[in-house]
Amino acid sequence: MKDIRLMKGNEALAEAAIRAGCDAYFGYPITPQSEIIEYLMFENPDERTGMVVLQAESEIAAINMVYGAAGCGKRVMTSSSGPGISLKQEGISYIAGAELPCLIVNVMRGGPGLGTIQPSQSDYFQAVKGGGHGDYRMIVLAPATVQESVDYVRLGFDLAFKYRNPVMILSDGIIGQMMEKVELFEQQPRSTEELEWAAVGRKPGKPGAIITSLQLKPEEQEQVNHRLQAKYRIIEQHEVRYESYNCEDAEYLMTGFGSGARIARRAMEMAREKGYKVGLLRPQTLFPFPAEAFNRLAGQLKGILTIEMNAGQMVEDVRLAVAGKTRVKHFGRFGGMIPSPDEILEAFEQKVIGG
Amino acid sequence: MSENIISPENLIYERTSVLNERVMHYCPGCGHGTVHRMLAEVIDEMKIQSETIGVTPVGCSVLAYNYLNIDMMQAAHGRAPAVATGIKRVMPEKYVFTYQGDGDLAAIGTAETIHACNRGENILIVFINNGIYGMTGGQMAPTTLPGMKSSTSPRGRDVKSMGNPLKMTELIAQLPGTCYVTRHSVHTPANVRKTKRALKKAFEYQKQNKGTCFIEVVSNCPSGWKMTAAQSIRWMEENMLPYYPLGDIKVPE
Repeated sequence: MKDIRLMKGNEALAEAAIRAGCDAYFGYPITPQSEIIEYLMFENPDERTGMVVLQAESEIAAINMVYGAAGCGKRVMTSSSGPGISLKQEGISYIAGAELPCLIVNVMRGGPGLGTIQPSQSDYFQAVKGGGHGDYRMIVLAPATVQESVDYVRLGFDLAFKYRNPVMILSDGIIGQMMEKVELFEQQPRSTEELEWAAVGRKPGKPGAIITSLQLKPEEQEQVNHRLQAKYRIIEQHEVRYESYNCEDAEYLMTGFGSGARIARRAMEMAREKGYKVGLLRPQTLFPFPAEAFNRLAGQLKGILTIEMNAGQMVEDVRLAVAGKTRVKHFGRFGGMIPSPDEILEAFEQKVIGG
Repeated sequence: MSENIISPENLIYERTSVLNERVMHYCPGCGHGTVHRMLAEVIDEMKIQSETIGVTPVGCSVLAYNYLNIDMMQAAHGRAPAVATGIKRVMPEKYVFTYQGDGDLAAIGTAETIHACNRGENILIVFINNGIYGMTGGQMAPTTLPGMKSSTSPRGRDVKSMGNPLKMTELIAQLPGTCYVTRHSVHTPANVRKTKRALKKAFEYQKQNKGTCFIEVVSNCPSGWKMTAAQSIRWMEENMLPYYPLGDIKVPE
């Protein structure tokens, strides 16, 4: 029988973590994502599955606890929001450098600085372009529904272990806080497998594990970078995910990710009712970015509007993807403000139809 | 013809296999090599090589994983106690320790150190205190003595503007989460033996889940202090040990 419930995004995500066989969660309270750790503490997953849940003294400590537990080959996660995710960047860079799998959730709020606790999508650059130091990439999944928040927990862990790479779920305060119908997947067992690369104690006659991102010799550090880049190219080939609506006959395109795309979908339908042939393309993976899909469509388009709750971030990747084949405009509300479908339609008519 | 005395029955001392056969990068006279050796001997004697995971810091001992023949993780600067927490929480049956210098543990990693100890994580923290940042070239550390010269206190540490040396070990001992807090050195054979005994006790307490064990080893830094090895030992005895007195600060009941 299907397990269908009405759940808040953050709580559904936390439940999904338990059901995905997560071994440990380390976190620190910050609005609008504190329900994740609260739900986990209340559910007492230690009794349900043996999962560890620990409230750390800081986001910095939390991400380094993730590093330690991930280095043992365990399924580990943390979650936070903008200011806390900034603090985690050092640890994320080390995790990427040491090639450890883990899941990081960012329930975005408005910035910069302490900003606002209201929803925003202004951490796109931070998530997709690096954030921490050095040449590295995270796999970035952008849910637009509570259902996707749940499904991406399982997908995120699978991708993290497939590529030994950190995965981020880039959610926002709308998806984290709203209640929606969601189908939960069945409880998966926690893995008992001892992974070859993991630091679990050195057995005689085996080379043993050293988890490090340090290579003092530049020749060796360059080789590490080559290996990482080769991995990122493979991820780009195999892990691109996106959804498209009404693109077959489209002369115009709206695009965005997460909540922005969800609101844009309604605006797209309204534009269709007014007679504009508009489609919608919604990247579900932000790295790898569905550049090819945009490029293929670009030839038939008279213009693209990106709708983001930021000052224009994903729009840069869309422009790179279409390589000048069509015009790309951006419409954004930010600082915690949420655009309405009417506003989007108006911006579409002004910037794309009339522009 | 001389008698062949190299035979198993005559063996009185050998290199432990928990220490790799590699030339260490430490400066002549430095205490790190000795502490590594004691750690390796204890792990060997307790037969816990396959159950022990160590965490290295950022600092001179960052490459300790090249010398100790155990699984190890390299932590970001100051974060070793958080990394060790992550390891111990998912593998509570393993022996977990961190190995950190004074810049790593007492400056940038103060929060991680205090909170790991306050939670009473069942880990061992080995704290090498030589009163200076060694690897980056002899800058002032939180543990640098008043008036002591370094590259960032060239006229000596002025406590009015640069603060006082931080006695982390005394501070840590206040926390209910810690079970064994002690200060040692490795500058004489007798002190080396005491340090080794302390390390062994700490691993035994860890097996009994008694809480955090914290062992400070006051050490010399000939290169950072701009002294010969012999001078640095003498200077340590005359200046460091009065400020950082050796002995147990807290022992389990």
